[in-house]
Amino acid sequence: MAAHTGGLSTGTTPGARNTGTAPGVGPTTGTAGGVVRIAGLVRAFGDRKVLDGLELSIAAGEFVALLGRSGSGKSTLLRALGGLDHEVTGTGEIIAPAEVSVVFQDARLLPWKRVLGNVVLGLTGPDALDRGRAALAEVGLQGREKAWPVELSGGEQQRVSLARSLVREPELLLADEPFGALDALTRIRMHTLLRRLCERHRPAVLLVTHDVDEAIVLADRVVVLDEGRIAADVPVGPAVARRHGSPEYAALRDELLARLGVDPTEADPAAFDPTAQESVA
Amino acid sequence: MSAHAPTLTKTKTPVTAAEAASTAAAPGGPRRRRLGPGRPIRYGWALGPALLLAVWAAGSAAGLIDPRNLSAPWTVVSTAGDLIADGRLQSNLATSAQRALLGLLFGVAAGLALAVVSGLSRLGEGVIDGPVQIKRAIPSLALIPLLILWFGIGESMKVITIALGVFVPIYIHTHNGLRTIDNRYAELAETVRLSRPQFLRHVVLPGALPGFLLGMRFAVTAAWLALVVVEQVNATSGIGYMMELARTYGQTDIIIVGLVVYGLLGLVSDGLVRLVERRALSWRRTLAG
Repeated sequence: MAAHTGGLSTGTTPGARNTGTAPGVGPTTGTAGGVVRIAGLVRAFGDRKVLDGLELSIAAGEFVALLGRSGSGKSTLLRALGGLDHEVTGTGEIIAPAEVSVVFQDARLLPWKRVLGNVVLGLTGPDALDRGRAALAEVGLQGREKAWPVELSGGEQQRVSLARSLVREPELLLADEPFGALDALTRIRMHTLLRRLCERHRPAVLLVTHDVDEAIVLADRVVVLDEGRIAADVPVGPAVARRHGSPEYAALRDELLARLGVDPTEADPAAFDPTAQESVA
Repeated sequence: MSAHAPTLTKTKTPVTAAEAASTAAAPGGPRRRRLGPGRPIRYGWALGPALLLAVWAAGSAAGLIDPRNLSAPWTVVSTAGDLIADGRLQSNLATSAQRALLGLLFGVAAGLALAVVSGLSRLGEGVIDGPVQIKRAIPSLALIPLLILWFGIGESMKVITIALGVFVPIYIHTHNGLRTIDNRYAELAETVRLSRPQFLRHVVLPGALPGFLLGMRFAVTAAWLALVVVEQVNATSGIGYMMELARTYGQTDIIIVGLVVYGLLGLVSDGLVRLVERRALSWRRTLAG
């Protein structure tokens, strides 16, 4: 882990990362064995502290969903982990692996590159194109290598974006509401695809979402962010995740909604009925 | 107001889908009045020019148009034939084309280089953008007296005048293209860890290409415009000189041949740039079909 710390603090965000923490403290902090360890993380925009002493660790291969109201700092945390927060001031410590991939809410494909070119963007090595083709086949887009991004549907574009992330074999996959812009049916297919891909590649995943059901269905552990700290940290057993109709599922859903400040009776079950959606999928 | 009838019946008594379809399909049945311009006419674009040509020809044949003001179309055609036969048109055209191409070449190179420097570095922008904006406010043609004093009345003055007219649109549109590249792509480039040269090659340059090509279309027009002026002010060869000489002798037929040549050059060069645009930007065209 010591090597990772060094690599990241020099490589991605100089300055912002370890300010306020004595060098050398890093490797000893946090839960042992975590791929990601965040300690005492503070991020502020002006006077407003968005993250305030946040602690979080993610084990290798663990799928963590991060829930929170809008403005709770979900994206700020994700951007801090991805090293994308150049203009944000803050202190605290982040240990993250060297290989981090990000999936954005928009597929963010370069419109002037064909699908395969987008997947292998920045990859080097003689087998880059072959790896790109294999990744496209994995997300079910075999034969679309030469298509332009504008020719794809929203779901297909997001699958290309997944392929672009996974072809790099990341140790940590960061996803910022990746399915937020997709329609409900496409979203369910993407859930299945993402779970399958994660089971095969076993990256640690941090999925930012505002959708409680998405969090329960996909994650091994759901974390709720509130007031810049982790307000709840709930493991999701496989028994819960795979049985939408079960009382355990409903109980977990209610608990998470309550943590997010929503009265579970307010949330109309007919408006979002996971059981109905599953039968469609 | 019979056109509104179907809607009214529909609201009063429920009409079945089949009935509604048969009403709509019935020839001569009530229809809504179309408000758009209607279907395109085949070869419609040629209508105006053909009409103009017909009026010109009829006027000349009837003797209503004085040949001292405007030669008849057939005179223009035969004059063009003569000019080609004795080689005057070709040699003047070659001279003109060479000036325009050289000016275009230098202008595009300068505009592109300045745009890249000022688009990619804040310091470069501070140094370059101001002077270019000042230059933009001064029409290139107004600089001709100064350019003549500096460079004489030879070829270099002509090429420099054309280049000065060309570099401004190239600079403006390429710079704008560079600056309006979506910041989200820069963020993406960071997450996939592109190096700075890779970022330039895969993101910045392709992103600025549409802007550059738009600038190119303006630049080509600017090149021909500047060419016309420099050739009519101070020249001993070229299409403009040929026309200027014809003015001295009152040869309207030769003037019109020159105008037609300028027009064709403008059309052909704009068509070429558009062809390149279509090829290079096919990723954008796919939605339009």
